Amino acid sequence: MKSLWQWLDHRTGYRQIADLALKENVPGGSRWRYVWGSTLIFTLAVQAITGVFLWMAYSPSAQTAWPSVYYIQYEMLGGWLLRGLHHFTAQAMIVLLGIHLLQVVFDGAYRAPREMNFWFGLILLHLVLALSLTGYLLPWDQKGYWATKVATNIAGIAPGLGPLLQRIVVGGPDYGHATLTRFFALHAGVLPGLVLLLLTGHIYLFRRHGLTAKTPLRRPDQAFWPDQVLKDVLACLVVMAAVMALALRHQIEGVPGAPGAALGAPADATEPYSAARPEWYFLFMFQFLKLFPQGTEVWGAIIIPSVVLTGLFLMPFLGKFPRGHRVNCAALFALGGGIVLLTVGALRQDRDDPGYQAAVKEAERQAGRAVVLAQSPRGIPPTGGVTLLRTDPLTQGPRLFAKNCASCHRFDGHDGLGRVPLEPASASDLKGFAGRQWLTGFLDPEQIASLHYFGGTALKDGKMARFVRNKVSVFSPENQENLKKVVVALSAEARLKSQLDADQRDKATIRQGAELLKNQIGCTDCHRFHNDDPDASAPVLTDFGSREWLVGLISNPAGAAYFHDRNDRMPAFGDQHMLTPQEIELLADWLRGDWYEPPDPPRAAANSKAGS
Amino acid sequence: MPSEIHHADNQDRRDFVKKVAAVVVGALSTLVPAAAGLMVLCDPLRSRLTDARQWVRVTSLDTLPDDGVPRKYTVVAASADAWNRFLNEPIGAVYLRRTGPATLRAFNVVCPHAGCFVDYVPGMQGFRCPCHGSAFALDGAISDPTSPSPRGLDSLEVEVRSGSEVWVRFHNFLAGHKEKIPIA
Repeated sequence: MKSLWQWLDHRTGYRQIADLALKENVPGGSRWRYVWGSTLIFTLAVQAITGVFLWMAYSPSAQTAWPSVYYIQYEMLGGWLLRGLHHFTAQAMIVLLGIHLLQVVFDGAYRAPREMNFWFGLILLHLVLALSLTGYLLPWDQKGYWATKVATNIAGIAPGLGPLLQRIVVGGPDYGHATLTRFFALHAGVLPGLVLLLLTGHIYLFRRHGLTAKTPLRRPDQAFWPDQVLKDVLACLVVMAAVMALALRHQIEGVPGAPGAALGAPADATEPYSAARPEWYFLFMFQFLKLFPQGTEVWGAIIIPSVVLTGLFLMPFLGKFPRGHRVNCAALFALGGGIVLLTVGALRQDRDDPGYQAAVKEAERQAGRAVVLAQSPRGIPPTGGVTLLRTDPLTQGPRLFAKNCASCHRFDGHDGLGRVPLEPASASDLKGFAGRQWLTGFLDPEQIASLHYFGGTALKDGKMARFVRNKVSVFSPENQENLKKVVVALSAEARLKSQLDADQRDKATIRQGAELLKNQIGCTDCHRFHNDDPDASAPVLTDFGSREWLVGLISNPAGAAYFHDRNDRMPAFGDQHMLTPQEIELLADWLRGDWYEPPDPPRAAANSKAGS
Repeated sequence: MPSEIHHADNQDRRDFVKKVAAVVVGALSTLVPAAAGLMVLCDPLRSRLTDARQWVRVTSLDTLPDDGVPRKYTVVAASADAWNRFLNEPIGAVYLRRTGPATLRAFNVVCPHAGCFVDYVPGMQGFRCPCHGSAFALDGAISDPTSPSPRGLDSLEVEVRSGSEVWVRFHNFLAGHKEKIPIA
């Protein structure tokens, strides 16, 4: 064994390197305050390890970025942990960098002969920030997409080459495939390469000039190994424990939520995202920009930060003046204080802004819904994650309703999105349309002329309303019973998802009701119902409330099968090209309560996956 | 003097404990990201095929020549690629040949040697792999003893349904093994 090591040493000289690394003198003996540099190297190593493995599963294109990250997070074994480690170690790095910088300046370690190393450190700090910025975009979710857009747009307002530079970084006039390929190359190639280069220089210079010891020395000098190394690795363990605790924060707090880093809804350039915020460590810049009115942004975004940065780089020279070191410390303290104040200000403003809070809630809802849809048997379509929510009736229906229908109609009293319009309703409430309950109310003499049904429309005194008020109100008890069967039969025409079981159970009643509808109650005096009566001029009741029926009605309510010339104000959304056929289908599906629901109580996907 | 030796001994022991502790703690912290990464790396070892051997309708009986000459057909079926699901996607190809009025044989087109797509060569009344030259007879058996392929072409279950529908139970098998091992 011994000779093997000797052989290896003879061929490689590893002992000299190991001695160089481990026998470094620590003046005054090992101390906890010397651990910060090592924790930073550790976090960089963690990022390199987790990053390379994430790289093996990540696919940088506008169509595949979100799906591949979703796949890592929710489908791959241990994927949530890998992503969580990468995400939260990045955050830990920012904190550690802050500590490291403060310590270096307060201990005067930036002064001669260590100026070069101070500059290397400052550049490294900015490389890490650049890594954070580029990494934030890669999942291609709403959060990263919109926050990064702000960052690249700021680059675009830089005087001179700004717009050119922006276009090169973005890879074209707008965000897309090329943005991701570029950001990914920066994030996984260029920036880590530069970090490695500068870090080598940083450590070399650190060794050349030695540790800046905290005076007075407490104990005799020691070698780096093993005392200081032990303290360093223990500090690294604490960092790792903190990162794990962050990755599992929901589980530790016992609140619902997938473990690991959050994944927002897929990026959608056509979908406003008012919850857009940069990562917390960039919030101060975000808040700072708010201070600059239109036309002066360039001061807040570029000129002042550049001046501050130049000041930081000049600190070693300023430190040479009498009391220069104190000025440096005071300036850095003021800068840190300003950053804290701005960050707290941004957080408080958001906390007190109900609009922002609502936007965050909605963003979380959409993110959760996108995951549910991705886990549906249909999977993620090849057109990308963005298609999931765009083709989801549950997501699009309420929006389309609020925008196109709620000026007259209501949905359970609101506009579909939960807001109650100021104007009273002037058309029927469509919650549960064509369902048994809805029809029962419609055929109730007390309700037909209420605002819930025809009350707000020109039809409130029409034939149908008169029939309900004058005839139905005096129905014999027997006919009252028959009417109930008719409701069941008519409602079954809609084949509503919510009534599938009931329709199956009440087959006999539906048959009876259909007969009554056709031959007795009087509906077919005006309506067609599984027959072809050319004189019938009221809306066709065949397949009433079905998807096709509803799509037809929304497309053209004045059509032959619907209200004809009795149509009251409702536009022909399809025929007049106010909505696309797909939008009308989404609206119809949503009104009919027909959208994908996960089979059992929504599985906390990553949870169960991670356990299995 | 003995007490000094004793003292040095103690110092050595303490150093040793510190060294071991440093290595163990350091390894522990680094193991966490490495383990997470290795789990994701090895995730493909988990089987995700839901219906590994699906019956697929491939063609109609009429399209097959009566003389027993093989014809190649694309197999279109539901498939999945990581996060994408496809309803109708070409997932492979088969050679079909008639062995009687309503009886058929089916082979996966993939060479069992190294996975190349074998050609039917009319002149030699059999199949030849363009990569390493394995030769197979019409019945799929190795026809040239110098062929590198460890086994004959992989036959697949085939059925004629409703008189003319040709259904194949499509599957892929591990290349390079003597036995036919289904890929699951």
